[in-house]
Amino acid sequence: MKYMLLIYSGATADAADQCVFEDWVVYDKTLKEAGILVGGHSLKDLTTATTVRVGPEGDRIVTTDGPFAETREVLGGYIVIDVPDLDVALDWAVRCPGARDGGSVVVRPIAEFED
Amino acid sequence: MDEQAGATSSVESIFREEHGRLLASLVRRFGDLDLAEEVASEAIEAALVHWPVDGVPSKPGAWLLTTARRRAVDRLRRDQAYAARLAVLQVEVERAAPAPPADADSDLPDERLQLFFTCAHPALPADDRVALTLRCLGGLTTPEVARAFLVPSATMAQRIVRAKKKIREARIPFRVPGADELPERLPGVLQVVYSIFNEGYAASSGPDLQRPGLAEEAIRLARILRRLLPAEREVAGLLGLMLLVHARCDARTGPAGELVLLDDQDRGRWDRAMIDEGRNLVLVALTGGPPGLYGVQAAIAALHDEAADVATTDWPQIVALYDVLLSLAPSPVVALNRAAAVAMRDGPEAGLALLDELAGEPRLRGHHPYPAARADLLQRLGRFPEAAAAYQEALDLAGTEPDQAHLRRRLQATTTPDPADT
Repeated sequence: MKYMLLIYSGATADAADQCVFEDWVVYDKTLKEAGILVGGHSLKDLTTATTVRVGPEGDRIVTTDGPFAETREVLGGYIVIDVPDLDVALDWAVRCPGARDGGSVVVRPIAEFED
Repeated sequence: MDEQAGATSSVESIFREEHGRLLASLVRRFGDLDLAEEVASEAIEAALVHWPVDGVPSKPGAWLLTTARRRAVDRLRRDQAYAARLAVLQVEVERAAPAPPADADSDLPDERLQLFFTCAHPALPADDRVALTLRCLGGLTTPEVARAFLVPSATMAQRIVRAKKKIREARIPFRVPGADELPERLPGVLQVVYSIFNEGYAASSGPDLQRPGLAEEAIRLARILRRLLPAEREVAGLLGLMLLVHARCDARTGPAGELVLLDDQDRGRWDRAMIDEGRNLVLVALTGGPPGLYGVQAAIAALHDEAADVATTDWPQIVALYDVLLSLAPSPVVALNRAAAVAMRDGPEAGLALLDELAGEPRLRGHHPYPAARADLLQRLGRFPEAAAAYQEALDLAGTEPDQAHLRRRLQATTTPDPADT
């Protein structure tokens, strides 16, 4: 079963700054060696984000993703893993460097639709 | 006719006892709670039809399991997509693992432990854990669970459906955590059982102060856990704690259903056999390792149960145990109980000083025992107007009618002091 680990930075600062880069390298290597990594990306700073909506008339609404409240948790990246059950997924989430220092990792099962 | 009615009720009692085991065995084989519940109740229905006519089979549990398994296999054959979704084949090897041997109580193997851990999984909301445990392991029907928690049946049904959906869709496993995970996961299971007990012991709202049926159900569940996890001292502690508290159940309410506090209880009405069993469990809980939360609370309950009256209760020892409890898990509610014990050891003034230190605690706001404890000490100090105000505050917060009636009586006593009280 595939799970997405959504990695949120804490309210205080950017998760990328908080975690030691080597921790991520080690984590990534462990995931690969365990043969469970499906994919994943880390995201650039939230100030670079742009949001698009389409209105009822088909009108295009483009906004930046602000304003940025101080307390807001920011999605900093995601990883998709393929593991047998939620307990295993939670174990991997706990080992994720993004879960430390005020950050959090949300584990969501991926919906798979049959053909 | 009578014979048949008798057979039916014995079938029902077998069903209630076997339901949890049956469900756990089916879940282990098929990996799906919904399918397991469905075929379990189909097997029961079949039993209700056949047993009164053919007689109860010599191995009722095995009969139920075989019948339910056949139904499940039929279902999966008919519905290949469903079978694929359960990925039955993929895990068939694992499920072919030998089942644990049956014990003396039943001809069904006891595989309920995994179900306990699934129902109390930390990924489920706390309310759902309790509901699911009562439903799957307590063998209560959804309306019974709803009644126990004073919520409409439909609300409880929704809660149970939501919990089962999460188990299925997020694939919460049916397994007993490994030895390394057990210390992290067991407290969640014990918490579920204890909250069932507490709801039975001190109902949070409604006309009745106690719902002993729930307390007894919690004790039954704890006995199962004790048998399945004999080496876990906190399981012994929890079972001991519940027995030592439940032993006072009869003495806790008066003839009109009114609350009788520990001080005024007829100790002759305490259940001695339950107390003895509880005390032995305290020994188990507090020997061979550092003390746990339930073991220490059980020890406190044992000291109350061993005392002939309030005056000769070993208050210094109780205060010392509350100190241990506070060091294990600091909590304003524990600090409140400790302050009451200090008042018994050192006098009401000392207790009141400790209570006043807790005045700002957010967790005690809205907790009626806090103003009630203050009121009691103020009254003992002869500060009646302040006692009356505190009783009024407690009265406004109390949830059950017997609690309110008790506080009203105490409030009245502050304006017309009973000479016997002073």
